[in-house]
Amino acid sequence: MSDVYVLGIDMMKFGRFPSMTVPELGARAALMALDDAGLTIMQMESMYCANLGQANGMVGQRILREIGQTGIPVVNCANACASGATAFREAWMSIKAGLFDLVLAVGVEQMGRGLLGGGGSNGISTEGLLGSGTMPAVFAEAGMEHSRKYGTSLEQFAKVSVKNHHHSTMNPKAMYQYETPLDTVMNAEMIAYPNTKLMCSVNVDGAAAAVLGSERKARELGLSRAVRVRASALTSDEWQERDLVMPDINTCTRSAAKKSYEMAGVGPRDLDLVELHDCFATAEILHYENLGLCRDGEGGKMIDAGDTVLGGRIPVNVSGGLLSKGHPLGATGIANIYEVSMHLRGEAGKRQVDGARMGLAHVFGLGSACAIHILERVTQ
Amino acid sequence: MSEKRATTGPLPVVPFLKVPDDGEAYLEGCLCTRCDAIFLGQRSVCSKCGARDQMETRRLSNEGTLYTYSIVHRSFPGVAVPYVSAIVDLEGGGTVKGNLIDVDPNPTKLAFGMPVRVTYKDALGRKDCDGNSYLSYFFQPRSQSPRGSR
Repeated sequence: MSDVYVLGIDMMKFGRFPSMTVPELGARAALMALDDAGLTIMQMESMYCANLGQANGMVGQRILREIGQTGIPVVNCANACASGATAFREAWMSIKAGLFDLVLAVGVEQMGRGLLGGGGSNGISTEGLLGSGTMPAVFAEAGMEHSRKYGTSLEQFAKVSVKNHHHSTMNPKAMYQYETPLDTVMNAEMIAYPNTKLMCSVNVDGAAAAVLGSERKARELGLSRAVRVRASALTSDEWQERDLVMPDINTCTRSAAKKSYEMAGVGPRDLDLVELHDCFATAEILHYENLGLCRDGEGGKMIDAGDTVLGGRIPVNVSGGLLSKGHPLGATGIANIYEVSMHLRGEAGKRQVDGARMGLAHVFGLGSACAIHILERVTQ
Repeated sequence: MSEKRATTGPLPVVPFLKVPDDGEAYLEGCLCTRCDAIFLGQRSVCSKCGARDQMETRRLSNEGTLYTYSIVHRSFPGVAVPYVSAIVDLEGGGTVKGNLIDVDPNPTKLAFGMPVRVTYKDALGRKDCDGNSYLSYFFQPRSQSPRGSR
């Protein structure tokens, strides 16, 4: 079966854009991706659009009303924080199925401020009564499970945030571009132990988009900047003993990693960079192990050794990650693929991973959905 | 759960908290007799093995151990902080999430695997829009039982 290629991809600088509508944000990213591909909306045969805040609001069609109503099929995707990657994967599947040669995938979100999660019951609110359903606490509990097993410390979790904020100083499209030393991270306001405020991802507005093409179309248009999609995997949460009260962020990432490595015929050692779902600093260390970047129990050691910093053995979240680049839920999955693609094309500027040939983009949506894509530079 | 009713007593905060007319409150679960998976509350289909109508009701233990936790310092307006959000494995099966009370909310005072007891009290004075009060469950530290914990 022939491969699918990313022919154009781009993202807006993440930030706060209260004067723009969701379709306007999505339209901007869609036009940027089309420009990057040297194509127009008139050539797109289908569109997949990811958004959560207006999941019943036909956001994809409203984007086309901004940039070109060509009557193509539009599918709107909501899959928690994996929505963007799900839209990308649906586009990939439609080309794999032989239905289309050129497909547009867009992810867009406009976020409020403050805590996500919690509440949501009939009768009385159970937040702070039956524990916490806020996202910082849920991911803190997952991190503390790792501490329980392996003795992972607050300091090790905090180092993730130091690293990712450092990376974002080299990314002009990140929400924040400043260093956060270890004591600053550890002494920031405690939100949900062990996650301090600087260990929580930033709520921002943003959009990212990609143009995917069939092998035939890619060859016709020229492969000089194309990126090959070597694997796409999507999983939901398998039954786990505690998962009715404690979402399991590990198992579905592990199964998606296994499937994607098998599909690509590669292993973690073949990767030059990884963008993974650091919605909270605690999550990143868990995902080192879930993605096979190190052995189980060695995630803490990995951050201590500097293995995942730019220049290290396997750089992780050189974009700044969700912690510093920002996390507009529906856009995140495509933004991660954008970051990996930039490195594979050698266009990542100051944060370029030298000689990057293959990279992995991972997102995890609580509830749960995990999507992984493995991307490869096209050798001419 | 937001049901209008006579003021005969507090409502259970979750459906799996049972308050018999003539007895003490307890947590209820069900066991899949085909694969031994335990769930909170009642259901007819097992999400582990897919078996249908193989569930048996189980009264869950009031004793358990702390599996994992977070100490919540920032919550929604009106929620008292800090507090310990705890995930507790009950003896004999079942895992429940709730507040761990009567303990200093400090990581040095909390130990993974520490023995806890399920206790039943008013839901921090919270009432629904019909003025009903609620009975909730909490976890309290307990001394190590002679049988030991898991």
